[in-house]
Amino acid sequence: MMDMLLQTLMQGVLLGGLYCLFALGLSLMYGVMRLTNTAQGDFILLGSFSAVAGIAALKWLTPDATWMPLLLSPLLLLIAFGAGFMLQRQVLNRVLGKDPLPSLVVTFGLSIVIQNLLLELFSADPRSIETGGLNIASVQLPGGWAVGVLPLLILALALAATYGLQWMFDHSALGRSFRAVSDDLEIAQLMGLNAKRVYAYATGIAFMLITVAGVLQAMRTTVSPSDGPMLLLFAFESVIIGGMGSFKGTLIGALLLGVTQQIGFLFDPGWGIWFGHIVFLLLLLVRPQGLFPKTVG
Amino acid sequence: MNALLQTRGLTAFYGDAQALFGIDFQVDQGEMVAIIGANGAGKSTFMKAVTGLLAVQPAQILWQGQPIGGMSASEIAKRGIALVPEGRRLFSSLNVEENLLMGECAERKGVWNLLRVYELFPILKQKRLQASTSLSGGQQQMVAIGRALMSNPALLLCDELSLGLAPIVIKEIYSAMPRICAEGMTVVMVEQDVSKAREVSSRLYCFQEGSVSLQGVSSTLTAEQISQAYFGLPNKHGAALP
Amino acid sequence: MSTFTVTRSNRSSRTAMWVAVLLVLTAATIPYWAPEDNRSAWMREFVEIACYLVFALMWNLLAGYGGMVSIGQQAYFGFGGYTMLMLSNFAGINPFVAVPVAALCAGLIAVPVSFIAFRLQGGYFAIGTWVIAEVFRLSFANMSMVGGGSGTSLTAFTGISKAVREQTTFWMALAGMVASVVLVYVFLRSKRGLALMAIRDNEVAAESQGIAVQRTKLAVYVVAGLGAGLAGAMYYLSNLRITPDAAFSVNWTAFAIFMVVIGGIGRIEGPIVGALIFWVFNKFFSDYGSWYLMGLGLLAILVTIYFKQGLWGYAQQRWGWALFPTQRRLD
Repeated sequence: MMDMLLQTLMQGVLLGGLYCLFALGLSLMYGVMRLTNTAQGDFILLGSFSAVAGIAALKWLTPDATWMPLLLSPLLLLIAFGAGFMLQRQVLNRVLGKDPLPSLVVTFGLSIVIQNLLLELFSADPRSIETGGLNIASVQLPGGWAVGVLPLLILALALAATYGLQWMFDHSALGRSFRAVSDDLEIAQLMGLNAKRVYAYATGIAFMLITVAGVLQAMRTTVSPSDGPMLLLFAFESVIIGGMGSFKGTLIGALLLGVTQQIGFLFDPGWGIWFGHIVFLLLLLVRPQGLFPKTVG
Repeated sequence: MNALLQTRGLTAFYGDAQALFGIDFQVDQGEMVAIIGANGAGKSTFMKAVTGLLAVQPAQILWQGQPIGGMSASEIAKRGIALVPEGRRLFSSLNVEENLLMGECAERKGVWNLLRVYELFPILKQKRLQASTSLSGGQQQMVAIGRALMSNPALLLCDELSLGLAPIVIKEIYSAMPRICAEGMTVVMVEQDVSKAREVSSRLYCFQEGSVSLQGVSSTLTAEQISQAYFGLPNKHGAALP
Repeated sequence: MSTFTVTRSNRSSRTAMWVAVLLVLTAATIPYWAPEDNRSAWMREFVEIACYLVFALMWNLLAGYGGMVSIGQQAYFGFGGYTMLMLSNFAGINPFVAVPVAALCAGLIAVPVSFIAFRLQGGYFAIGTWVIAEVFRLSFANMSMVGGGSGTSLTAFTGISKAVREQTTFWMALAGMVASVVLVYVFLRSKRGLALMAIRDNEVAAESQGIAVQRTKLAVYVVAGLGAGLAGAMYYLSNLRITPDAAFSVNWTAFAIFMVVIGGIGRIEGPIVGALIFWVFNKFFSDYGSWYLMGLGLLAILVTIYFKQGLWGYAQQRWGWALFPTQRRLD
């Protein structure tokens, strides 16, 4: 019994690592510019499918070089940054403002466009990325448990991304601008900051995180074009549980969500996700500011 | 003509409501000019227009001879106009030093840097890593001034420096002014404290209901003239009436 | 000092009102004069559009007037549908009676839901309502008595002829549609409605004027839930077969957003114009499947960026058209 509980806990933590990667981009965009990206999940899938297509193309071009996909990664990240930057500059910057509706409609519209585009290009069949056995490889831990290598890798990446982002916010000039525009946009502009460009950097970085999340999701399991909303909700719940304005909070929220879902799955496969939602709603009722909200002085 | 900043018939609106009714204003290189007036007289609106937070006709504001009305705030900051905002408005997530460093966003060269700001306000060096919100009102005002100085402006705008501060603190803040001006800084200050304004400035303007009701050399204006212009009472010299 | 008069309607709005009344009366008689082989199809299509319209109208009330953007109103749509079905199938209630009852139930359940939903604001409120809708969906998908994930059928009509069922459903939908429009219109012209618009424009200022902000927001949320429930109950009265994935699909809200944004948010005519445009699009383009949906999404994005007031709002600004004047003009 204890064994099973600990196993569940561990699975939950590993799952939470992935959820954290889903959520960091959302947290970043909301933190810097109060933009709720309802297309978050769909952009993640765009990353997944881009990687799937890219690898398929590479395999066709260079069938013998199995290390080609690795070469693809930094290129994909660069493209992702550029895409996010341009999207913010050309589209999202136009709909930012006091009224949340325009940005919600535009991101929601993007969500529908992406979902259907992916559906047309890739059909509804689930796809995944060949990992050459990485997704089933496991490592032995003391105590006699086996832990998947890929989940561990994902958790490690999540931790790196979380602490990396936090470091960037706290110690870099760009991070300073992010915090400044978030605190007081008017004064930041008076200092000479070009808010539109700062926002574009934020979205660019968010898209890099989104792409990493998408690629890992496709390695861990299968992805299909209609998965978007589900991923968005997991990302969202992670951010809210953890508390807005804190990346570490998002990490903790994601881990908690993962664990909660795994516990739910223990009882019945049909209730796993439902249980996660319920715990989220209960937490919202009891502590709406989340577990570790950033205290704004 | 050494006019650094000039406004000609400046009019400004908040939506349909007119707030400024043709302000003629000028400050020359190296001057310290004060703007006084009751609440709602248009002083803050004037500041907003000059710093680019409020859209106005381009030719109504001339900076170093160039029309800048309606330009974006960040553009104007890069051209050398810095604001110490009313109520300080420090960045709450940033500590003292980070707030000061934000001044560098204007990407301008000059004599002001972190070292010199800390020389001007030594207490800030002591508290440099503290949250800006944990400082006293007077210290926050120092940070706000330092932050504006860090952008090495050609014109420093100070909006209500003495607001909410104890007299002894106000004195301390103003004692820094001579050193700021010694480098040739041009300053325009909006002040609630009329006597302080007269004391530190060479010229002053009085705003009343969106217009200039009085202007002149500070030392030659009488208290009676000023209070009449301030409150908009008719005066024997035929100045502006409401 | 000149005297001011406050007017609401103008000539074009009064003419339009009579035209609308005429249209409704004409529509009511469709079962009698529509060609025999098309009658069924026309009535079904009308019911469908009526449901879309009511749902969009209520979404508009909530978002455009109430300032609460929700991506989760489908929760009440599906709840209304399922409640109507369960009351008819299991409690032996006449399905036609079950529709308004189900709508009321949807309104009632909105109260406890609001306790949770109102913890969030703005964009996060929107997604939070989506989570709640998902909870509704998963809950019903796990209820075996209504067929779980595969859904179930409305069986309470055995014994009633097809013609009678279809006609009554049709009139019910027409009545429901008219009632919704009238209700929203009357509400917005009332003091409560003005209060709502004041809250939307500036919540803090409204509170300082003595407006009970929280209570008004709750009232609007409940009414919107009730309306969505009505739309859902009516829809499945006509459709006869319900599944959780369809009843609680976010597409309902997506279509409502489309209709309202294209037509113009924050105006009553908006959803009506939007629903008509949507119906036309549906007729011609829905065969294109994903491309059609992509087109809808792109159109919504473009209209939001370039025609912030929606197409009707644009017309109102340009030519002063107003069918349902709720704004007061100072002359």
